[in-house]
Amino acid sequence: MKITFQVNGVDREIDAPPMKRLLDVLREDLRLTGAKEGCGEGECGACSVIIDGEVINSCLAPICQMQGVKLLTVEGLSRDGRLDPLQQAFLECGAAQCGICTPGMLISARYLLDANPRPTRDEIKEAIAGNLCRCTGYVKIIDAIDRAASTIA
Amino acid sequence: MIYDPTAVTPSNLGEVYELLAERGRRAKIIAGGTDLMVALNAGSLDAKEFIDIWPLNELRGIDDEGATIRIGALTTYTQLIKSPLIQLSVPALVEASRTVGAIQIQNRGTIGGNIVNASPAGDSLPVLAAFDAEIEIGSIRGVRSMDFNRFYTGYRQTLMEPDEILLAVRLRKLKSNERSFFFKVGTRRAQAISKIVMAVKVGTTGAVIDSIGVALGSVAPTVIRARQTESLLTNSTLDATLIERARRTISQEIAPITDVRSTEHYRRTVTGNALAKVLRLLT
Repeated sequence: MKITFQVNGVDREIDAPPMKRLLDVLREDLRLTGAKEGCGEGECGACSVIIDGEVINSCLAPICQMQGVKLLTVEGLSRDGRLDPLQQAFLECGAAQCGICTPGMLISARYLLDANPRPTRDEIKEAIAGNLCRCTGYVKIIDAIDRAASTIA
Repeated sequence: MIYDPTAVTPSNLGEVYELLAERGRRAKIIAGGTDLMVALNAGSLDAKEFIDIWPLNELRGIDDEGATIRIGALTTYTQLIKSPLIQLSVPALVEASRTVGAIQIQNRGTIGGNIVNASPAGDSLPVLAAFDAEIEIGSIRGVRSMDFNRFYTGYRQTLMEPDEILLAVRLRKLKSNERSFFFKVGTRRAQAISKIVMAVKVGTTGAVIDSIGVALGSVAPTVIRARQTESLLTNSTLDATLIERARRTISQEIAPITDVRSTEHYRRTVTGNALAKVLRLLT
């Protein structure tokens, strides 16, 4: 089926089976490999993307439900070659180790800061509760989101 | 991955009824996908045709009906959490919704999906059971209402016919002498499927319990009400002795299994403790 949607500000049209996962359309059809498959069952958040302002797991969304949506993936965070403050803060804080969870973490953090520009550390933890990281122990990720929030403010 | 299944996206409820009447059991309705897509990805869902109802706004919304609240089947957990009406009148449903997965799931998962998926561990289900909710089911033959507590007939079995679709759930608002509680024990607070989950709706006058509904998930093939424990507590005066008797009664009343998430002994013990905790909050 033909799906027209906006990906990171650009109108895209793809032709895919209706139950193909959004994650697979992103990675295979659009070659946007930022979103990762960790678990394929909505547990790990590595495939998180924002559609129409709401963060979701792209491994649980069939492409037929994406008609006309506005989609933001990790590839859309930087603007004109400038990193999003969250990306900059992740670099400065050393918030990535193996890197598999990082795109999902950045997306969940972006979703948080869009709604709540000055979150508490507890609010940051809540916002990334659906994103698993097996390397960092989360401390530097939380530090980075905290730093990004204070940079923007 | 092979993407065999087809999907149709009806533009209104009438079209859904027609599709279901024509295809019945062959077609699977998909809403937010947070349960079905997991099964589809795992290859454990044998469905060739999907009916995608996600765009049907007529199935969304939280309506104040006076003494009751009607919640459309496609209402998401995030919408429930953010609803001032639900926060005020069915607070346990807000608490339950907060424990479903994490934000990514809450943004997409629906209350209707939780009901028809019929898992014994569905987080919102004990709240609906404790509140004696009513569900509204539609088909080309018309719309019917049913007590939620009659809906499940066994493990993942419901009274829904193949041509029917869940439209809404209706809950009576808490009265001024009533409170509701929600309690979930899982491996961690986010994402985990429950070991036990409990919802209580209780009305009191002073220390006397006028009415109480105690509902449990993950301790039986379906969500259940603890009727013996409710009988013990109704019209009784709350004190330490009664709380201890209630703890023992509910532990014996339930028949949980040992599985990958927990053991029978743990579930009996924690269910008793959870009820005792709720009852102490009332004293």
